[in-house]
Amino acid sequence: MIRLVTDDLRPPQHSDRRHLLSMADLARDDVERILGTARTFATSLDREVKKLPTLKGRLVVNLFYESSTRTSSSFELAAKRLSADTLTIKSAGSSVDKGESLKDTALTLSAYDPDVIVIRHPQVGAAHFVANVVDAHVVNAGDGKHQHPTQALLDLYTLQQELGRLDGLHVAIVGDVLHSRVARSLVQGFALMGIRCTLVGPPALLPVGLAQGFAETTTDIDAIHDADVVYVLRMQHERMQPGANFVPSLREYSARWGITPERLRPGQKVMHPGPMNRGVEIDPRVADCGDALIETQVRNGQVVRMAVLYDLLVGGPVGVKALAAAEVA
Amino acid sequence: MLWQKGLAPANVVVRGARVVDPVERIDATLDVRIDDGVIAQVAESVDTNEHRVVDGAGLVLAPAFVDPHVHLRTPGREDEETVATGTAAAAAGGYCAILAIPNTDPVIDSAATLQSLVETARRDARVAVGFMAAITRGQAGEELTEMGELADAGAAAFSDDGVPVASAGMLRRALQYASVTGRPLALHCEEPSLSHGTHMHMGRVSAELGLAGYPSVAESVMVERDLSLAAAERQPLHLMHLSAAESVAALRRAREAGTRSSGEVTPHHLVLTDEAVRTLDPNVKMNPPLRSDADRVALLDALRDGTIECVATDHAPHAPHEKDVPFEAAPFGVTGLETAFAALYTHLVEPGLLPLSTLLERMSAGPARVFGLERPRVAAGARANLVLLDLGRRWQVERFHSKSHNSWLLGETLTGAVAMTFAGGSVVHE
Repeated sequence: MIRLVTDDLRPPQHSDRRHLLSMADLARDDVERILGTARTFATSLDREVKKLPTLKGRLVVNLFYESSTRTSSSFELAAKRLSADTLTIKSAGSSVDKGESLKDTALTLSAYDPDVIVIRHPQVGAAHFVANVVDAHVVNAGDGKHQHPTQALLDLYTLQQELGRLDGLHVAIVGDVLHSRVARSLVQGFALMGIRCTLVGPPALLPVGLAQGFAETTTDIDAIHDADVVYVLRMQHERMQPGANFVPSLREYSARWGITPERLRPGQKVMHPGPMNRGVEIDPRVADCGDALIETQVRNGQVVRMAVLYDLLVGGPVGVKALAAAEVA
Repeated sequence: MLWQKGLAPANVVVRGARVVDPVERIDATLDVRIDDGVIAQVAESVDTNEHRVVDGAGLVLAPAFVDPHVHLRTPGREDEETVATGTAAAAAGGYCAILAIPNTDPVIDSAATLQSLVETARRDARVAVGFMAAITRGQAGEELTEMGELADAGAAAFSDDGVPVASAGMLRRALQYASVTGRPLALHCEEPSLSHGTHMHMGRVSAELGLAGYPSVAESVMVERDLSLAAAERQPLHLMHLSAAESVAALRRAREAGTRSSGEVTPHHLVLTDEAVRTLDPNVKMNPPLRSDADRVALLDALRDGTIECVATDHAPHAPHEKDVPFEAAPFGVTGLETAFAALYTHLVEPGLLPLSTLLERMSAGPARVFGLERPRVAAGARANLVLLDLGRRWQVERFHSKSHNSWLLGETLTGAVAMTFAGGSVVHE
C-alpha cells in the first residue's frame, strides 16, 4: 500500500478492478445478470436458515459520511447473509470528526485489505476518488447528487417483480429531480432497460439537459396519468439553501405536485426511495395504500445488494454451481 | 513596471532557425546574433564574434511569450508557488514576462505590500514579472484602493480577479479613477448570485453529474454590464479568462462600437469542454468552468479573428492535498505556464485550426499591447526576449518547475517543446 509521491500525481488510472460507481458503467446484460442473481438469492431468503457461505472470509467495509437507514442497514445485512465480515464506519464518532481527509480514511481502511468498500458521501466524485485510491472493489452508495446505482437496481428489480416486465413500461418521476441522485441513476437505468420515463416537477427542480434523449420533461402533474408507475422523490429541503427559492413554499409544492389519491388512476403503482415526507410530496393515504410498493423496495434492497456484492467478488451469473453452494448451506 | 533579477547578458548566435515574428512580418530561415543581451543582427548569415553558437536548424525562433494572468501565490501560499518557482515555470514555458494577480494573502492593495513583492522579484524573478494591484481594498468590493500610489509603486494593472466587482457603482468609480493612473482594469466577470455554490458549467453534463451548474449567462451578463459601464465612462477595459460564446459576442459588439476593450482566453478553454468533467478529475475544475463545444469554437474564432487578443494561462497552483479530494470538494484552478504553447500547438496548430503565426502573436505581442508592455520582437536593437521552439519534439507532461502539479495535462503527450528562452537579454531556460 506504500505509494510513491510521483504515483500520486498521475491522473486516475483505470484498473481492471470492477466497481459499481454509476449506472453509466453498466450495460443491459450487466443489469439483467445482477437482477437474475438477486432473484436466485431471493429464493434463499425464503428458507429457514437464510445465511449463504458464498462470501465467507471476505471483508465488506461500509463507509458512511451521510446519515442513512435503508442503504447502510441493507448493505450490512446483504454482506452478512453471504457470510462476509462487515465493518461499518460512520463519519460521526470517527477520525473524520477530527478532520481526517477522505484519502487518509480510505487508505487507513485499506490497511485491513477489504474486498469491497461501500461508500456514501455528500460530495460528487467521492466514490470515484476512493476507487482510485484503494485496491478494493468500490460500490457507490450515493455520492452527493450524482449517483445511487444500487437504488436504481433495486427499483428495476421491484418493477420487474411487480409488473412482470421492464421493456415498454412507463414511469413518471415526480418532484425534486435536481437534488436527486436516485433520479439520475434511474434515468440512466430506465433508458438501458427500455422503460419510458417522464420527469415531472417545478421548473427550477428539473435540471436542463438531464432528460435529453432519455426522457420527457414537464411541469404538468397531469402527465403522470399515462404512467404505469409514479415514482415520487423526496423534497430534499435540507439541501435547499435559504433564499434559493426553488419553489415558493413546501405548501405550494404540495398543492401542485404532491401525490394524492385523487391524482392517481386506480391500480397505478407508487414508488418512493425514502425517507418520505408525508404530507409534502406524498399524501399519507397514498403511502399506505395497497398500490404503494415502498416497503417492497426496501425488502428488495437486501437481495439486490447481495447480488451486487456477489457480482463484484465472484462475477458472472449465479449458475448451477452457485445454487449448489446455496443448497449446501 | 516589470522586475527581473540580474542575470548575465547573453552573447549568443542562433544559427539557421526559422525566424517567425508576425508583427515584424518575418518568416524566414535566418541567423540572429545577440550581443550583451541585445539583438545585434538578424540576417541570412552573421559573424559569430566568438559567441556561443546555438544550432537552430529545424527550430523556430520567435518573440518570447507574455502571460497577463498568473497566480504566483506570494505572499501567503509560498507552499504552492513563489516568485522564484513561478518565474522558473514561466521561463520553461517560453515566457519572458508575466503579470501576477493580486488575490494573495494579504491582498496586494497597498503600496507597502507591493513594494515588498517588487524587492522579492528583483532578487528572485527569472523572467520579468509585473504585479497587478487590487481594485478594491481586500478585494472586498467596498472601497477603492489607493490606485495612484499603487501605480507609482509600480502596479502593472488593477484587478480583483478571483472575485468579480459585484457592484456596478463600485466598478464605475474604479473606471473613473483608474484613468488617473493610466493603468488598465482587468476584470473577472461573474454574477455571484447566478454562480454561487457551483462547480462546473451548467448544461447536460452538470445535469447528469448532479453538480451545481454555473450558467454561461452568469459570465455574459457581467461582461455586458462591464462593457456598458466602460462605454459610458469612455474608459478601457480588459476582460479576463472569457469562457462563453455570449461573452465573446458582447466583446465583439463593443469593439465594433468603438469601446476600448480587450479579452483573453486560456489554453484549457480552447482545448477542453465540459465533457472532460465526466472524469471527475479535480484537475479539470476551474473558474470560469470548461463550457460547451459551441463556446470553445466561439473562443477559437475570436482568437483567430483578433476579437480576443491574448492567450492567458490563469496559472493557478494548488497544493496536492487541496486537489486530492472528490471533485465537488476541490478548489478551482489549474497550472498552465509550462504547457500553454505545447497544448495549443498540439490541439490547434497541428490539426490546422489556428495558424502558428496567429498563436505566436496572441501569446506575445497581443498581451504586451493590451497591458502596455515592451513588445518582444526579433529586430536589431531590441532586447533579447526570444523563444526557441522545437515543433517536432513530443514530450510527456510529468515534471514541473512550478511548485504545484495540478495540471489539466498531467500524463498527456504533447507536440512542440520550448528548447530555449531568452528573457530580458539573458538565457533563462534551455
